[in-house]
Amino acid sequence: MAGHTAALDSKTLWGGKISPFSTSYGKLMMWFFLVSDALSFGGLLISYGFTRHDCLEAWPIGEETFNSMPFLGHGYPLLYVALMTFILIISSVTMVLAVEAGHRMDRKGVTNWMIATIIGGFFFVGSQGWEWYHFIHGSEFGKIELADGSVAIVKGHFGEIKNFTVTKPGNHHKEGDVIKEDLMHTFQHAAAAGHINNGIITLHDGSEASITKEKDHELTLIVKKSGKLNKASKAKRKITGVKAEKLYYEALYSGEANRVIYGANLKQNEYGPQQYAQFFFFITGFHGFHVFSGVIINIIICLGVVAGTYHKRGHYEMVEKTGLYWHFVDLVWVFVFTFFYLI
Amino acid sequence: MERDDLIEYSLDTHHNEEKGKEIRKKIYKVTILLTLVTVIEVVLGAVIKQDASIWPLIKWTFLVLTLLKAGYIVMVFMHLGDERKWLRYVILVPYFIFILYLIFIALWEATAIKSVLTYFS
Repeated sequence: MAGHTAALDSKTLWGGKISPFSTSYGKLMMWFFLVSDALSFGGLLISYGFTRHDCLEAWPIGEETFNSMPFLGHGYPLLYVALMTFILIISSVTMVLAVEAGHRMDRKGVTNWMIATIIGGFFFVGSQGWEWYHFIHGSEFGKIELADGSVAIVKGHFGEIKNFTVTKPGNHHKEGDVIKEDLMHTFQHAAAAGHINNGIITLHDGSEASITKEKDHELTLIVKKSGKLNKASKAKRKITGVKAEKLYYEALYSGEANRVIYGANLKQNEYGPQQYAQFFFFITGFHGFHVFSGVIINIIICLGVVAGTYHKRGHYEMVEKTGLYWHFVDLVWVFVFTFFYLI
Repeated sequence: MERDDLIEYSLDTHHNEEKGKEIRKKIYKVTILLTLVTVIEVVLGAVIKQDASIWPLIKWTFLVLTLLKAGYIVMVFMHLGDERKWLRYVILVPYFIFILYLIFIALWEATAIKSVLTYFS
């Protein structure tokens, strides 16, 4: 038997010397962490699907909800989020190129590609901030409850508000004053609080003013919840032209509070059912936090690369491990993108 | 004290310039593919409305394209395709068992709850 034991030396057996799956301990643990993290995200997205599936109200549609572009305004469905997705994919590519450079012990290559990855990551986090800002802020028209009790979202180009001319003096403004500042903000606040009655706005100081406003263009109401007259059925849910304008302003200038909702927060939501906003904030927030921590980890590892720590060690496995995490963040976004924006 | 009884790193970690070129070519190919798939998804999403009659087909197309993208990211970018076969199984099999079961049970329950809500509303 002695011959046998000699053949099975420590190189052949594990004996604590060869890692399982020929993978290092660190990489293996990173994979196990990612599996558990993927289960968290899977659970979140499935609970989103659960809520969407049993919801009786119409669920928001991605291209109707997300259609703004920086510097260009509204009317660009899904374009910005497509750009975000592209940025994240490209930063994933630069990361894998950094890993490849590490395998050739090319320290300069690793540094450059990692810096590119970090820049891409910052762009993505910034974009998500911008997206949240728009989501919270809402559209210029808001969601409106029409006179018959139906609820509609509104599309079109909002005519600019030129000024408020004071018709009845209050504590602060005199009759005949022309107010030109902070118009949109004041207008939306007054509309939501029911302080606009028949085109006359009541300001904070109790004065009343008439509104000078340009005409809206292509105003379209999309009925999301049926009322007595307007139905949310597929064929009839869109109301356009003069009728849409009449219905919208009748409701907006009704003088009743809470007829219009601008934007979304944890209490109200312009775009659809309240749960939608909760899931949006939680899932994209959770993902955004992953991206942010990924950027921080990338920066730390990049500093290590610049300092030559991994070069001295003889391998760039740390870059590979952060790479795994970074690709995972990209992977999650692929699913968030599909379930929140496309479907 | 230095320990010599540990192999810190997997065996096939370094490669030469020639192999690097080959790998980079593959990376660029996958990049183009992922970009193309994203463009197709966005164009489909922007052009075809959800009340169109072919929407269910588009929805399934989105799911297939998403899984395709995910597959390329995991297998090529995360190098899972280059790892040992059993490592692949250890990672993917438990995950898919859990997730598929969860999807099944969630949609099943949601359908039941919806029918109850519809009945009482």
